[in-house]
Amino acid sequence: MTAYAGLDIGSRSIKLVVWQGGGVAASRRLPTTFDAVGQLRTLFAAGVPERLAVTGYGRELARELYPFARSVTEIKAHALGAGSLFPQAATLLDIGGQDTKAVSLLPGGRVGRFEMNDRCAAGTGKFLEYTATVFGLSVEDFGRLALTGDNPPTISSMCTVFAETEATTLIARGVSPANIALGLHKAVVSRTMAMLSRVGLAAPLAFVGGVARNPCMVRLLAEAADTPLLLPDEPDMTGALGAALWLRSVAP
Amino acid sequence: MSDAAHKAMWEALDLDIEAHDALLAVLGKFYGDIYMAQEGRLKGAEYLDFVLSEVHGLRIKELQDAKAAGKKIVGTFCVFVPEELTLAAGAVQVGLCAGAKAGTELAETLVPRNTCDLIKSFIGFKLARICPYTESCDLVVGETTCDGKKKAYEAFAELAPMHIMEVPQCKAPADRALFRAELVRYKEALEKLTGKAITAEALAEATRTVNAKRRALQRLSALRAADPAPISGRDALLVNQISFYDDPIRFTAKLNELCDEIEGRIAKGEGVAPAKTPRLLLAGCPMAVPNWKLPYLIESSGAVIVGEESCIGERNTRDLTDETPAGLEAMLDALCDRYMKIDCACFTPNDERLEHIAAMAQSLKADGVIHYGLLFCQPYAHEAMKVGKAMAAAGLPYLAIETDYGMEDAGQLKTRVEAFVETLA
Repeated sequence: MTAYAGLDIGSRSIKLVVWQGGGVAASRRLPTTFDAVGQLRTLFAAGVPERLAVTGYGRELARELYPFARSVTEIKAHALGAGSLFPQAATLLDIGGQDTKAVSLLPGGRVGRFEMNDRCAAGTGKFLEYTATVFGLSVEDFGRLALTGDNPPTISSMCTVFAETEATTLIARGVSPANIALGLHKAVVSRTMAMLSRVGLAAPLAFVGGVARNPCMVRLLAEAADTPLLLPDEPDMTGALGAALWLRSVAP
Repeated sequence: MSDAAHKAMWEALDLDIEAHDALLAVLGKFYGDIYMAQEGRLKGAEYLDFVLSEVHGLRIKELQDAKAAGKKIVGTFCVFVPEELTLAAGAVQVGLCAGAKAGTELAETLVPRNTCDLIKSFIGFKLARICPYTESCDLVVGETTCDGKKKAYEAFAELAPMHIMEVPQCKAPADRALFRAELVRYKEALEKLTGKAITAEALAEATRTVNAKRRALQRLSALRAADPAPISGRDALLVNQISFYDDPIRFTAKLNELCDEIEGRIAKGEGVAPAKTPRLLLAGCPMAVPNWKLPYLIESSGAVIVGEESCIGERNTRDLTDETPAGLEAMLDALCDRYMKIDCACFTPNDERLEHIAAMAQSLKADGVIHYGLLFCQPYAHEAMKVGKAMAAAGLPYLAIETDYGMEDAGQLKTRVEAFVETLA
């Protein structure tokens, strides 16, 4: 049976999904680090898949290493991946390490309108990761801490560096870390909602990408969008899955 | 691109030779990557390559020779400056450098940081002393098309001899009267500069020269409706860019030769990309040399650009000046009519631009429209939203991009453009 490998090289992690015989045959995730090439060599130590599709911001790099590979944008890959997991999804939100993407989905996981953040990482996983370090926390603990807040301040700055300044000012004013953390999460959600509304947010909404593992983001987003979210078990694997499915459809 | 023979000339213009050499080296590399690497280029593109390779060399030499013969050089930044009048005064008109990041830190001592790159660029080029065009100018003409430029010219006027034309913001009779008066004021400024009166005969001949250039550019635009696309968007943009600083008569002849070649290519069904390649119309802010970032990203994402709805494109070439009126006053009226048709985002309202974009997309058989807004360009940022609505109404896929001259967002832009192209396939 033919195996279709989808490789998603993101800013934070490299994801691999192998699709074979109507299901996921293998799935791997490892950090991108500063040496993506070395990480890819480790990933494919036992051999490079014969049929390979690459996506993510590192797709050009992968095409240099594996010229036979086919390349697809992460917007299309995530849409196909989410579309296969949740055929009923009408809108897709992907928040990864350095990009946020809002996509209106057409039948079959096709892309309608989409929005993507500009050059800066405001409102992405990087923003949460960076602000977590202000509190000396891992990004996972930061989300859990935020869930315990009950009176969040309004964080007006979406610039990562300014937000840190703003958080520092709030700490000096005696605002509790839990509330500042909640305020920072709310700031990300309000920016995200603006992007979603620009593509015409329609329920059901699928939420994928690494940030979908953050319980506070999931709760706030569901509240703001006023709809339960469709969440994959492994939200960061959606792009790699979509790339594998895309490859199967274009080069069967 | 550098040529030792030109060095004495650059020194005479008081350029910063070291910084200028560095600029030419970067420009040469950039041009090689973006232009020379193209496949299936037209033979006539050799002219483009030659002009670009001598952009700071032979063309500057020609300007110096013209100056030595008593001609004046007029530098401009905008399609509202009537080349007809400049040529009628026996002067040479050139568009000034504003398409690359240069002297940014210096520029930010004269204009605020949140000013668009185009403005920072022309100020930076001047302050860093690396633009031989700016340094050759006897007069620089500014215009009031946006607040950023308007205020920047106040700072620029301390560095170069300037004339400011007021461009109105509406198109009512009072606004036309204002612009008509500004044409007279510009005519008088030219007469003072050259010491010669502009005659009806000279203006008639200049109008024919400028119209001939516009007709050749219109011919190129019309030929791009063919599928497969006979010329890349990058090369067509370069043609439009060169139209601002090459000698108009030579340019017109060379462009018509290029169009002859394109017609032959179309007759044989040949093109720069296979038939059915997604065709995009690029709309929005002007792209001055060497601002080729977005066209390059688009054309390396599996699409071909078939038109530029921009000042360095259709906005500069769509309308001809009526050649029939006799007598200076009637000719100035005709000039006013022609320039007041320009659908610049500085006007309110500016609904004709929305109609023009939809019409261009239809006649060029575009599959979608990409709007390019230069970061901090407020007029076009506003219109990007209006164009989005108009394109939705016309059923045309639309992507609005805001960027500047920096390369740090190239990866994200490529993802967005590729994803947009994927939705068209």
